[in-house]
Amino acid sequence: MRVIVPLQGVVQGTGGLFWGSVIPCALFYFLQLLFKTKSNKTRRHHPPSPSPSPSPSNHNHHSTLHRSLSPTPRHATASAYVSPRANSITTATSPYYFAFSDDPYHQTLNPQGVIQLSLYQNTLSLDLIQDWIHHNGTDSMLGKPLSLSRILPYQPLDGLVELKLAVARFMSHILEKPVSFNPSRMVLTAGATSAIEILTFCLADHGNTFLVPTPLSPGFDGVVKWRAGVEIVPVPCRSTDDFNLSITSLERTFNQAKKRGHKVRGIIITNPSNPAGKLLNRETQLDLLDFAREKNIHIISNEMFAGSSYGDEEFVSMAEIMEAEDHDRDRVHLVFGLSNELSVPGLKAGVIYSYNDNVVAASSKLARFSTVSAPTQRLLISMLSDTSFVQKFIEGNRQRLRKMYDTFVAGLKQLGIECSSSSGGFCCWADMSRFICSYNEKGELELWDRLLNVAKINATPGSSCHCIEPGWFRFCFATLTEKDVSVVMERIRRISDATK
Amino acid sequence: MGIEIEQPCVELSNVAVSETHGENSPYFAGWKAYDENPYDEFTNPSGVIQMGLAENQVSFDLIEKYLEEHPEEASTWGNGASGFRENALFQDYHGLKTFRTAMASFMEQVRGGRAKFDPQRIVLTAGATAANELLTFILANPGDALLVPTPYYPGFDRDLRWRTGVNIVPINCDSSNNFQITPEALEASYKDAEAMNFKVRGVLITNPSNPLGITIPREVLEEILDFVTRKNIHLVSDEIYSGSVFSSSEFTSVAEILEARENRNAERVHIVYSLSKDLGLPGFRVGTIYSYNDKVVTTARRMSSFTLISSQTQHLLASMLSDERFTESYMETNRERLRKRYQMIIEGLRSAGIECLNGNAGLFCWMNMSPLLEKPTREGELELWNTILLQVKLNISPGSSCHCSEPGWFRVCFANMSEHTLEIALQRIRDFMARIRTETETESA
Repeated sequence: MRVIVPLQGVVQGTGGLFWGSVIPCALFYFLQLLFKTKSNKTRRHHPPSPSPSPSPSNHNHHSTLHRSLSPTPRHATASAYVSPRANSITTATSPYYFAFSDDPYHQTLNPQGVIQLSLYQNTLSLDLIQDWIHHNGTDSMLGKPLSLSRILPYQPLDGLVELKLAVARFMSHILEKPVSFNPSRMVLTAGATSAIEILTFCLADHGNTFLVPTPLSPGFDGVVKWRAGVEIVPVPCRSTDDFNLSITSLERTFNQAKKRGHKVRGIIITNPSNPAGKLLNRETQLDLLDFAREKNIHIISNEMFAGSSYGDEEFVSMAEIMEAEDHDRDRVHLVFGLSNELSVPGLKAGVIYSYNDNVVAASSKLARFSTVSAPTQRLLISMLSDTSFVQKFIEGNRQRLRKMYDTFVAGLKQLGIECSSSSGGFCCWADMSRFICSYNEKGELELWDRLLNVAKINATPGSSCHCIEPGWFRFCFATLTEKDVSVVMERIRRISDATK
Repeated sequence: MGIEIEQPCVELSNVAVSETHGENSPYFAGWKAYDENPYDEFTNPSGVIQMGLAENQVSFDLIEKYLEEHPEEASTWGNGASGFRENALFQDYHGLKTFRTAMASFMEQVRGGRAKFDPQRIVLTAGATAANELLTFILANPGDALLVPTPYYPGFDRDLRWRTGVNIVPINCDSSNNFQITPEALEASYKDAEAMNFKVRGVLITNPSNPLGITIPREVLEEILDFVTRKNIHLVSDEIYSGSVFSSSEFTSVAEILEARENRNAERVHIVYSLSKDLGLPGFRVGTIYSYNDKVVTTARRMSSFTLISSQTQHLLASMLSDERFTESYMETNRERLRKRYQMIIEGLRSAGIECLNGNAGLFCWMNMSPLLEKPTREGELELWNTILLQVKLNISPGSSCHCSEPGWFRVCFANMSEHTLEIALQRIRDFMARIRTETETESA
């Protein structure tokens, strides 16, 4: 039995976790996990809420009843005032319908189950990590011989210097270019999502605006809006440009935003982008820099999946661009995701890299609210410094991603479904508009529903990504095996055949 | 020569340029002095001794021993393929069930089993610093106020106000009644907030108190709970030192009072806890919010996405925290060692002619140096603080950083060093006091 629960925002936001997006993650991976808890059996329109034990709880309207603990937010007594900030999370403003499933697909145990293709995650190279950790994990964390003074006491709240050094080397490795990273410009945070939020707090005030190219990762708005109160004005990218960012579009959006009274503080680009998987080439980034200088705004370059680029074209990091710039660098800030690169989201480690000293100073202080555990940092230091492992991992991971992408896209092509050409990331961006009845968001959501109920596939509809053209869907393929891919294609065929 | 056009500087946010992080206050200035000239028993015996950091190193060896004897706990992410996968991919803001359960049972143990904690109400954050900020985001709007008894932990000015835009209005306590919180002080503070046009959203207490090092008596807790109920506001009880009470029977948690009241009006109460002080694991960054309010739990949980504890750390600690034999013995030994340290510093200070507040908890003592002040003012206190920093080479925390209404009080930490170092520090104080006495005698001669 399936329960559909509308939840605000993200499923697997900017590669990090968000709004309970991981519940299906656990579901779909490990049947043996006991995560099918209350969180699945939620009431419609209500976020999962725990009931206290040993309270018998339930509806309590009578003010004289002792048990004032109500499981239903709607019935929370007036005395439990909670700020609008909290409220904005529990009401669905832009619902992204999320299928919690009691029926997750498993190749052998449940081959007819729902296949989860909306989780932006990569398990293709987990075995490489596991192997390394199996051999080196404990020693790297605790020290050999046991040396707990490295992990027990207070450490610098913006990250260990050794880790910053290791990250600098690691990033150069990923870029495959001699770009030098200065560790004193780094601030380590508990995940890339948190890095983006901290930067937002530093660069914009409540009510200001960032321009962000769309389609974007679902729930991205939440990251900058929820506590920092910054609005996103989408810069639409079109299929005619293969969803590449056009500076003309950026210029137009900026002017429109200004006319409407928005105070634009910056642009956030994600490279490789999610969901379209596009790389920003050198020329566009230089144009972006010019644009930002002209308008006197900031650029945040979110490169948390830089290591997951697998295309033929070269990946150009904003850091590479900045190496050649010797003035007016104060407006550029990068975000890296260590746990994302290593496909080990459980580690939760992200990096802010800013060319602005004041931003580095402020972020370092803000990082105290979002720190990385010392044992985790030690583990990362060892892992990232193991150059032969890093080499093997990056290469192997890229190959596997590329292979899976090719396989998946070829499969879709056979069904007559075209995709935008992706060069990185964990998903493909497919044009399913042929199968929708009415060429609008309603039609798209109807197709999503059909995909879920008929094809038993959960994919991300483009409207959740703020895509202006209906019919595009994000299919995440990096948690599948090749056999799974054939199953997926066969399932999608149910829809394509029905439409013929 | 042409006039250069200045490149317009790209602006930063108000948060970025604000001084609310407070790192220019004496509390932090002392740290800088320490960083520049840190004491080391062998390499720098005349350096500054850090007595401003509330860190517990006295029971370090117990944790070490445990990990040595239980190497399988440290094995990253469990044994076998499925164990690894499930933890490596795990980033659910609910947190590992085993870990939450372990935290709940540990919290029960710290309170001698006098209160029960439901693992479903536990929200994990990367440290109590994050927990306090998160709760403030949830319970109040920018411009609102939280009432906080003085003296309070200097970090609150930053943690509760900086990004949240919330104000702190002090509940003034003084030495006339050993800095206890009184109903009058609560009311006065509420009125002060109203006079400033702040909407009061809650009271935040630290129990045991930092910097006072005392537990809040049961009757006072009852009064506070009644007050917040009357005013229809929240109560946040920061109990991060609850396991550092020298004698466990002397601590009453707000959780116990709620149980006695059958959880009536409990939805306004939230407890903050951490492993940083009681278990001496500040490097692990483990904090938690325990809320009796469902909506707060749900919201806090989602908001904790910005401040998660790595699944690896959760896994590492889950077994250790669930090992009741270990935690029982650790708590007992830890309390005893802290008590001994406390005795040592109190007696040492007394022999130097300095009296302290009669404390029963924490990693510090609250020292009264007001008789030594040139002027009974904040300036006088800072002058003395500066002298102690530069001449005596001790970094201690001046009461003014803690917003204490009476000048001359200082917080002195004793658990972040060896006994030997503490002895050195006490000797320096004795010498200093002796010098002062001689000077005073010479002057009056």
